Amino acid sequence: MKGKKADIFQNILRNSSSPWMDGSGNLGNVAISSRVRLARNLEDVPFPHLLSGKDADLVLKKVFQTVGRVGERGFGGPIIQTSLSDISPLDCQVLVEKHLISPQHAVSKTGKGLVLRYDESVAIMVNEEDHLRLQVLRSGLELDEAWVLASGIDDLCEQGLDYAYDEQIGYLTSCPTNAGTGLRASVMVHLPALAVANEISRVLTAVNKVGLVVRGLYGEGTEGQGNVFQISNQITLGQTEKEIIENLSLVVKQVVSEEIRVRETLFKNHRIEVEDRVFRALGLLSNARKITSDEAIKLWSDLRLGAEFHMIPGLTISDVNEILVLSRPNYVQKVFETTLTAQERDIRRADLIRKHLSSKGV
Amino acid sequence: MLCEECGKSQATVHIERIINGRKTTMHLCRECAQRSGFLTLGVLFQPSFSINNLLSAFLGSQMEALPSLGPGTEGPRCPVCGMSYRDFARAGRLGCSRCYEVFEDRLEPLLRRIHGSDRHVGKAPAATGEGAQIRRELEELKKQLARAVSDEAYEKAAELRDRIKQFEAKLRGNPE
Ligand SMILES: [Zn+2]
Ligand SMILES: [Zn+2]
Repeated sequence: MKGKKADIFQNILRNSSSPWMDGSGNLGNVAISSRVRLARNLEDVPFPHLLSGKDADLVLKKVFQTVGRVGERGFGGPIIQTSLSDISPLDCQVLVEKHLISPQHAVSKTGKGLVLRYDESVAIMVNEEDHLRLQVLRSGLELDEAWVLASGIDDLCEQGLDYAYDEQIGYLTSCPTNAGTGLRASVMVHLPALAVANEISRVLTAVNKVGLVVRGLYGEGTEGQGNVFQISNQITLGQTEKEIIENLSLVVKQVVSEEIRVRETLFKNHRIEVEDRVFRALGLLSNARKITSDEAIKLWSDLRLGAEFHMIPGLTISDVNEILVLSRPNYVQKVFETTLTAQERDIRRADLIRKHLSSKGV
Repeated sequence: MLCEECGKSQATVHIERIINGRKTTMHLCRECAQRSGFLTLGVLFQPSFSINNLLSAFLGSQMEALPSLGPGTEGPRCPVCGMSYRDFARAGRLGCSRCYEVFEDRLEPLLRRIHGSDRHVGKAPAATGEGAQIRRELEELKKQLARAVSDEAYEKAAELRDRIKQFEAKLRGNPE
């Protein structure tokens, strides 16, 4: 990647407002974003964990050729293709923080690649656990729309690649837990009211019981951070993609309606407490001189609730969501293009958030 | 609700399984669930618990059930990637798409345990899709034909035979 493309890529990394986090879309005041991911492999080529560096490069080349032919039109917007070995370790970590590649993809970068639409809504990881992992992101609960785009791009890629497919088992994947459709759909939801009311575990147990999985904002082990939960399908075989998506959407809609029900009660009976919490968060975020990412995420959740209730004039959900990106440790270092100690990061993070909020007039 | 296994602790893990097409639910305490190896969906809440652990839990019990093989008898290896089933059980990853064919006998039950099914009903690549679709419909028609014959519905059977012939012709014009 050279010249103009490299500049564009750097701008994407430094950008803190991704369209797929702009608060738009169905049920956007609770459902943050929707993701559809398809796992695909090439027939009779060893899966990435067994590929030699040379063969991995061949797969990469083949995929990039095909993607080049699919082009801007197929992807619905201009794209960048890059081998991960051409990207600095810091840039890779920023991609992880922005949910554009997996943490696993960022370690040992040989033979790995990334295709990325400029607006961050479409990405393909090449040679992650599978040869191709295509993801489409959308703001709000918009799984159908995400699926249509993902499937369309998948169709076009298939014209240039021999996909590993079996009539009985379907798409063949490195791990049998993904075989069949290769589809993992997930929705990120913000559930502050259910958390306050201590009803999270009841709701999530119910979600679990219908065969769906719940993770945190930054994957496993981050459950509950910022009161954000990712709900996704577990089963990929024996159901059609449509069934998987409809099932997940239905459950998410139920969770959202529970959250809204509790929010309404909260607002009716404890309005002053809710406002107090929201404006304390605003006060801290717009004045603090030092802030850890943990504290920032906690306050982010309160502030987002305020934006969801339209409590703060001029502050949109999209503005608030940017704080999530601004708070990430690698992102902070990216903005200042330097390695920082944890202490220095806390200071710079507070700076970034303060400036961001004051630019929005709050 | 108390745990079905020990009857002492509170049941916090509820495991739904599909056995021979019938859904059953087990209510266990966390400890018993962990001990019995039924580490399934309910336990995925635990931060440390990943899908790969889930898979190795499945594989673990499957490997124990295998008759012990002597040294050097790892069973067949995949001609494309060289993996044995034992390698797969250890790594939790298959080596390539051909592995699915080579280890079919053992993978199908595994897929059924993970997904409750071993039959893909979703999207197919356009290149194989049309043929697969016709084959599936053909299978269905043959089933109907057998039923019609055993019901002595000969008129319907004749009609079905004609349609089967049409589909078979289509399939010949539409090789894999
Ligand atoms: Zn017990
Ligand atoms: Zn193989």
